[in-house]
Amino acid sequence: MSNSRILEVSVGIFVALGIAALLVLAVNVSNVSSFSAGEHYSITANFDNVSGLKERSAVSIAGVTVGRVTSIVVDPDSYEAVVKMTIDARFSDVPVDSSVGIYTAGLLGEKYIGIEPGGAPDVLEEGSVIRLTQSSIVLEKLISQFLFSQSDKKDE
Amino acid sequence: MFDWFAQIGKSAIDFWARLGGEVLLFLQTVMAFSKIIFRPGLIIQQLFSIGVRSMLIIIVSGFFVGMVLGLQGYNTLIDFGAEESLGVMVALSLVRELGPVVTALLFAGRAGSALTAEIGLMKATEQLSGLEMMAVNPVERILAPRLFAGIISMPLLAAMFSAVGVFGGYLVGVDLLGVDTGAYWSQMQARVDFDQDIVQGVIKSVVFGVVTTWIAVYEGYTCLPTSEGVSRSTTRTVVYSALAVLGLDFLLTALML
Repeated sequence: MSNSRILEVSVGIFVALGIAALLVLAVNVSNVSSFSAGEHYSITANFDNVSGLKERSAVSIAGVTVGRVTSIVVDPDSYEAVVKMTIDARFSDVPVDSSVGIYTAGLLGEKYIGIEPGGAPDVLEEGSVIRLTQSSIVLEKLISQFLFSQSDKKDE
Repeated sequence: MFDWFAQIGKSAIDFWARLGGEVLLFLQTVMAFSKIIFRPGLIIQQLFSIGVRSMLIIIVSGFFVGMVLGLQGYNTLIDFGAEESLGVMVALSLVRELGPVVTALLFAGRAGSALTAEIGLMKATEQLSGLEMMAVNPVERILAPRLFAGIISMPLLAAMFSAVGVFGGYLVGVDLLGVDTGAYWSQMQARVDFDQDIVQGVIKSVVFGVVTTWIAVYEGYTCLPTSEGVSRSTTRTVVYSALAVLGLDFLLTALML
């Protein structure tokens, strides 16, 4: 093999390796394949409190991730948090009367939205609003409730 | 007394003139990209000496940096019972910060210093003026292919660094210390975002590629044509590149976070 040929081949290998490394980072290290492409529909739900929930948090049914939160805004009239989420179109037959709640993965884990399927024959569509919601649990409130109930008992 | 004031004015004017000259030369070099794109032979030669020859040091250091991250991260995370997050920690620190920054520092030391010394010696031995005598523009023939090859090489090298580092962290964390394989990869994939983290790392490495290669090329092109001048310029290349990379890294992180 001539000298310039070796040069060209090694440069080719270098560029190929670099692009392969980028591909590994994209496919193996990050989550580029999930939910970035493909059909999906979006639904909204109003919560009293969404503390800890972020954009791109997972939306799951029975613990399986089926979508992501796309935006969280405050309704200026009711002061409720309006959470918009996209659901993969493969899960298109979720009943209309399903309820959603904000849960925590593990004790210190991330917040996610869990959908509990209801029993109605109609299904959620693009733009549907879920009525039954359960807010995120604020730990401070829980602790203060517990403490106050304890002191009430002592008084009696 | 007046001499002293004149001295201040002179150094201020010199400073702005140098800065303006550097920017003009940079623009000229970038303009010359359109001409050298039709001469891939020049670029391939530079890709070989800048990119291929830096590959070994980048891959080996990436591997060791990943292994160290795995060890340190494991020892810290296990106190919180969060050793499953090792993959996230290794991948995020590599992709967002260590990959581009350490690669740029190594790149400045390995390829940048060589570029400065090469161009500086060309100047000292009057090869650059020789080219001009033959009506060959040294900006097009010497500077442009090197800058172009540097800009292409840096992101590729940084990607290799990060990928190999993640693998190094895997070897130490999973094979040696016993983190669960599935947890290592799945937590990583759940938390590392393509648009945010990977793209941010690539943008950083492209910027560092432009800056380090340009500093190297410029220092070589403007060095004093003596052996002492070449040695000073080579040192300056490494020092300036390191400072520019670390400073810019803070700026870019603050901008993109």
